[in-house]
Order: sequence, then C-alpha cells, then structure tokens
Amino acid sequence: MLATIPVLAIVAVLVFLMLRLTPGDPAAILAGDAANTEQIAKIREGLGLDRPLIVQFGIWARDIVSGDLGESFYFKMKVTALIGQRLEATLSLATLTILFAVSTAVPLGVLAAWRFGGWFDRMLMGFSVMGFSIPVFVLAYILIWVVSLKLGWLPVQGYKPISEGFWPFLRHLILPSITLAVIYVALIARVTRASVLEALGEDYIRTARAKGLPESRVLIRHALANAAIPIVTVIGIGIGLLIGGVVVTESVYAIPGLGRLTVDAVLARDFPTIQGVILFFSVVYVVVNLLVDLSYVFFDPRIRY
Amino acid sequence: MKARRIAAAFSLAALASLLGPNAIAQAQSADRVLRVVPHSNLAILDPIWTTAYMSRNHGYMIYDTLFGTDEKAQVKPQMVEEWSANADKRLWTFKLRKGLEFHDGKPVTSEDVVASIARWGKRDAMGSALMTFVDRMDTPAPDTFRIFLREPCGFLLEALGKPSSNVLFIMPKRMADTDAFKQIEEHIGSGPYVFKRDEFKPGDKSVYLKNTKYVPRKEPASGSTGGKNVYVDRVEWNLALRDAQAQVNALQKGEVDILEALAFDHYESVKKDTTLQIPATAPAGLQYMARFNHLHKPFDNAKVRQAVLAAFSQQPFLQAQVGVKELYRVCPSMFTCGTPYGSPFGSEIQSKSNMKKAQELVKASGYDGTPIVIMKPTDLASIQKLPDVAAQLLRQAGFKVDLQAMDWQTLVGRRAKKDAPEKGGWHMFLTAWQAHDIWNPIANAALDARGEQSGWFGWGKDDKLVELRNQFMREVDDAKKKKLADAIQARAFEVGTHVPLGEYVQPVAARKNISGFFVSNGNLYWNLKKN
Repeated sequence: MLATIPVLAIVAVLVFLMLRLTPGDPAAILAGDAANTEQIAKIREGLGLDRPLIVQFGIWARDIVSGDLGESFYFKMKVTALIGQRLEATLSLATLTILFAVSTAVPLGVLAAWRFGGWFDRMLMGFSVMGFSIPVFVLAYILIWVVSLKLGWLPVQGYKPISEGFWPFLRHLILPSITLAVIYVALIARVTRASVLEALGEDYIRTARAKGLPESRVLIRHALANAAIPIVTVIGIGIGLLIGGVVVTESVYAIPGLGRLTVDAVLARDFPTIQGVILFFSVVYVVVNLLVDLSYVFFDPRIRY
Repeated sequence: MKARRIAAAFSLAALASLLGPNAIAQAQSADRVLRVVPHSNLAILDPIWTTAYMSRNHGYMIYDTLFGTDEKAQVKPQMVEEWSANADKRLWTFKLRKGLEFHDGKPVTSEDVVASIARWGKRDAMGSALMTFVDRMDTPAPDTFRIFLREPCGFLLEALGKPSSNVLFIMPKRMADTDAFKQIEEHIGSGPYVFKRDEFKPGDKSVYLKNTKYVPRKEPASGSTGGKNVYVDRVEWNLALRDAQAQVNALQKGEVDILEALAFDHYESVKKDTTLQIPATAPAGLQYMARFNHLHKPFDNAKVRQAVLAAFSQQPFLQAQVGVKELYRVCPSMFTCGTPYGSPFGSEIQSKSNMKKAQELVKASGYDGTPIVIMKPTDLASIQKLPDVAAQLLRQAGFKVDLQAMDWQTLVGRRAKKDAPEKGGWHMFLTAWQAHDIWNPIANAALDARGEQSGWFGWGKDDKLVELRNQFMREVDDAKKKKLADAIQARAFEVGTHVPLGEYVQPVAARKNISGFFVSNGNLYWNLKKN
C-alpha cells in the first residue's frame, strides 16, 4: 500500500508540469471571444496563474494532502464535487462493460480451447481480430443505426441515473456497454483460450479425465481454475484500458461521466479538474491492480505475500 | 383465479418499479418539456463576466433587459415603459414598467438597474465606451432612473439594448454589486424562466422552469424584443450531446426537440426528413473574418495587408467551409449585410479585385518573404477549413505560408500573445462573429484601431479610424451616423484592419411539432409551443 504513495506523487508532479508546458491559456478561454488582453490578464491574476510555478504547485500539493483537489477554473465547482457528480455514470458503464465482457469472453475462450482447431475456435479467433480492429466510434454508430434508429429498441443517447428506475437506467447503458465491451471480449477470450489450452495439456487434466470426471467439471474445476491467474491479470489491465475507452463512448452516447469531464476539462485547459481527474484515475488503477494481486492468493494458495 | 390476480398485481408492481417512480409522470408531461441541444457546453453562469455565447444565452433565459433589438436592428423597450431625453440630449430619464419582479419575489427597482449598468459598463466593450460619456446616474424613484451625460452620445439606446455579448442583463443590486472581475454566486433574474440551480450539471444539463409571475409585453416577439411568452413548463438544455451525428440521430428519434447548431453536412438529410424542420430563426447569420497581427512584419505594413484583401475573394472560403449554397452569401461589408450599416461602400480593394492584382500588390508592397504564420484550429468544425483556403490563396499571391495546426483553445491562448511570430506569436487567425456583434462600428471589435490600447487581438492602429469612430459615438442623427459608418468601413478597407470573408446562416433543426419560431439570434426559447 505504501508503494502507491510515490506512484501518485510522481503522477501528480508529471501532470502538473505537463499541463503548464502545454500551450493554451485558461484565462483567455474563460474570457470569451470579445475579451481584450487587459481583461484576460485580470482573469489570469484572479486564477492565481500569474504566480511562480513552484508556488502554484506548493498550494496544490498542500490542498491535495488535506483531501482538497481544488476548484475548477471552468465549472466554478470543487473538483471533488465534479468527480462525485460524474462518478455514477462512469462507474455504471464500466461495471456493466466488465460484467458483460467477462461473462461472455470467459465461456467463449474455454469453449474455443476445448474445441481447439474446430470451426468455433476459428470463428472466435476471427471475431477477436475484428474486435481489436474496429474503432469504438464506428461500432457505436453501427449499433445506434441498427438497434436504435432502424429497430427502435433502445435510445440513441443519454443516461438515466439508477434513482430514476432500473429499466430506464439499464436501457440507456446497454448499447454503450456492448460498444465498449467488444474489445475486452476479444482480449479476454483470447487470453482465456490460450491459458485453458495450456492447462488442458497438463498431467492433472489427463488424470481427471482418467478418473471419469464429466468433461464440464474437467474444464471448469480443473482447467479454468488453473488458468485463472493470467485471465484475472488481463481483466485488471482491461479496467485500466477502460478508462481510456469511456472517453470516446461517453462522447458518442452523450453520457455525462468522467470521460466526458476529462475531454471538457482538457479543451478548456481547466488545470485543477484535469489534475484531479487524472489523480483519481491513477488511484483507481493502483487499487484495481492491488486487488488483482491480492486475488492471486485466492486462485493459487501457493502464492504468499 | 385469485392466485393469477395476485400474480398480475405483483407483475404490475414490479413493472412500475422497473420503469421507475418518475418515468410515468415524465411521459405524461413530456409535451410540456422543451428539450434543446445548445451549440456548446454551459459552464460560466455569469453573462457579464464572460462574452461566451452560451453564457449570454443562459442570461436571456433568466434575466430581462431594459431594451432589446428587434429583427430589423431597431432598439425597442423591454423592461422600460417610457423614456425621454432633454433638449441637449444630456439627461435621459427612464421609467420601468409595472409588475417587474425578481424570481425571489422582490420587485425590480431603479437601484437594481443602476448597479447592473455600472457592473456591465466595466466589462462590455460598448458599455465601457458608454461609460466614458456618463457623468452620473441616479434613482429619483423606485421605478425611475436617470443617466446624466457629459456630452450627447449617439449610441446610448443601442448600448442599453445591445442583443449580444455582453448583454445588459438586469440583476438584483446585491448581485450586481459583485466585483466585475469576479463571478456572481447567485442566479436570480426577472426573466421568463427560473434557473433550477439544483439540477444544473455542467457538461450534462441545465434546466429552466417557466416563471409563472412573468408579465410579458404585448408586442409580438422579434429579436430580443417583444412578448416573452412561455408555453412550456420546462426547458432542458442537453449539454452532454455534442457529437454532430448523435445529435441528428436523437432529433430523428424524437429524444430531443431542437438542435441549435445543425452541422452543414447534415443539412440536406434533415431537410428531406418529413418529421423535421429547419426554421429561419437567425437569417442575419454570422460573418467569417481573417484578422491580421498588426504588430509584426509583414502585416505592420498596410500595403501588405491590402494585398491580402485583394487575394481573399470570399467565394472560395464560403464554398469550402459551408458548401451549401442557400446557407451562405458574399457580403463585401465589415458590418452585416441587410442591417442598417451593411453596405459595399469602399470595399473595392476586396470586392473588385483578383489574384493578378493581388500578386502586383505583393510585389509593390516590399514584402520580404517572411513566412506568414496562420493558426489553424483542427477541432472547430465551423471554421477549420478557412485557414487552408487562406494559405492557398496567400501562396498564389506570392506569400510564403507557415500553416500551424492546433486546437481552438491553444489558438485562443496564443492569439493573446504579442510576441513575434517566430517566438510563439502569430500573423493571422480566422474566426466567425455573430451578426449582432459586428453590425455597428462600436460593437465591431476589429474596427477599434487604438493599437495596443484597443485590446482586441491584432492590435490595429490608425488615428483616422479612431477619430471617425469617436465622431460616430457622438453623432445622434441617424443619416449622419450612416455616412460615418460608411466612412469608417472605407477607411478600414483602406488600411486593412481585417478581411471579411463572407456570411453564412447557422441552421437550426427542430421536430415538426415545435412552432412559434421567430427571428432572433437563433438561441432564444420563448414563444415556442410543443404540439
């Protein structure tokens, strides 16, 4: 756990410096098109951007330590409140995506390994190449056109919080989740197939089969259980990649989540929000990886920390 | 049977819980909710603090104005009932109409008005110019205020009723007393809608409820004047839906009612859709403009700027950027064509020119081969093709060009820099202005030729132009103002303050069941009915 502190500190310094080195002036953006240079200078002063970099960093670092991510230049709100406002949508989308991806990809990967070289295996490999190749926004437009516009089954955009009912919540997330999940289905299915395939060649599988165990039990209880560690690792990495994926998906489906917030903040050079969101994502990534590491103990009791 | 009934009752209860507590009620009241997709995101809620159009449009929803400007560019009273000026036009007396009330239930008084004018006068360009004429203001009665001028001013009413950023919105005194360089914390107006602060989520939605206590004027809605009648209970701005294709999909499916800025690429398909309409809400449109940096060579030389004027025929810019013939027009005026000061007077250097003449002018100007740094915004679809056309025409004329791609916000930050182009500055950027922001010589920022004092990026300097502009500010006779506007334009073409690149209309798209559209800036949401 303590190792996460230097990781986050390095992220904080890098984000802070990179933003200041990137061209673009938040004050000029806030002032609007008709503002003059004098007005922009006054806004810059009001935001504290006229102070030396080291002073700006010192103030920000001090606030972070006390749990305050600062106030957004652009939205005029506390960054923690902004993240809180957007968290539900992104969390819902990410959870549904992972659930959908895992529940689809793992069985597909196991089946492909079981029927190695057969038509199902080849079809799955073909699908996974397509899943990797097709850009998220292209898939999104195709799904919207077919499912929403032609068939009229699901809405084309928007998000409903779960407090407005489970079905409205779910129907707004089905298409975005599928869109985002395709690449993870491809990734997890391939890794599952490879891991299970390797396990199926082991002696203990032959022994299990020789004992007369049903094939389903051999596959799930023996092969899959022993192939779990690479699969769980890939799922953990996938959650990290998901953070990038939500940015595009939220834009196309008009979901007001953290991805959309990041885009808005970057376009507005809203330094406190960008810094806050990236730090938050870093924490999530570190925690997920920690959980993945801890889960190894569950899947393989020989592992000790 | 009994068991089946119980099962059916449970099923219905389960269905209701799935649909959600608000879903049925929302479906019933959907025809009283106007769902709008604005042209951009709303983040800044103080329309005096910034000149951003989204903040201005938010202001129109919740605040009222003393005067407005109708579709023929005539100033008409709004909160003001009657007004008069004394014989020497130095004392103006205004009386507010009865029944004006802020959303917190308090009456609008002349003290609120004076405080609002004072704050606006510190931020708005036209307001600041007006304040140089104002000696003092007072409030002899709660419904009456007076403006004492040092000398007659030719644009007092135009300034008080200006329709675009910064609009003089009237706020309660306690809000208007906020430092003009700090944002207001409250959002209480006396306009036709009440802002639902608790439902506001920047990047998601902004919600406005009908102000049931608002007393509209009797005149029909026109521009920012006339009766602001509200026929819906609630207006929702969808701030999350910003992908052009997704916007059209949502409109076609009936998930939203109005798109404020239909992408040109979708114009033909929306036009053919029988469930949709493209109402003519803002025929005055917008003007494209190329702006020089007058501080650095070669554009510190008027002859070089004239060569560019000669090279920049408007047609190629309009064709490349808009593409749809019925949406653009060539307009050799620095003011908007079709408005009182719009005319081709003095525009020959651009309107009657050609590339051969431009090439001759470049040679005669003494241009030394300095590469022209043009800033090209790659992420702003509405103007991103203009710099490519500019670069090509400049090359044809004999200039060297350094076309630098960047996002719009980088451009916005960089254009404020006065450094030399080779040290991170620039030579030229291209942009678009709404008609209302450029249709007179005071509002048009590019015509402020006070050099570095003028403030607007490019910092053009010409004493004669400054003098003509000052005369315009003092002139009270309309015919003489028109002549002065012509003279200002002719001088601006002569010295090459900037290059007008033609005008276009930004189409608005709506479902067919929305009626009551009127001519304005295209972003006003009263008078609309949802059938």
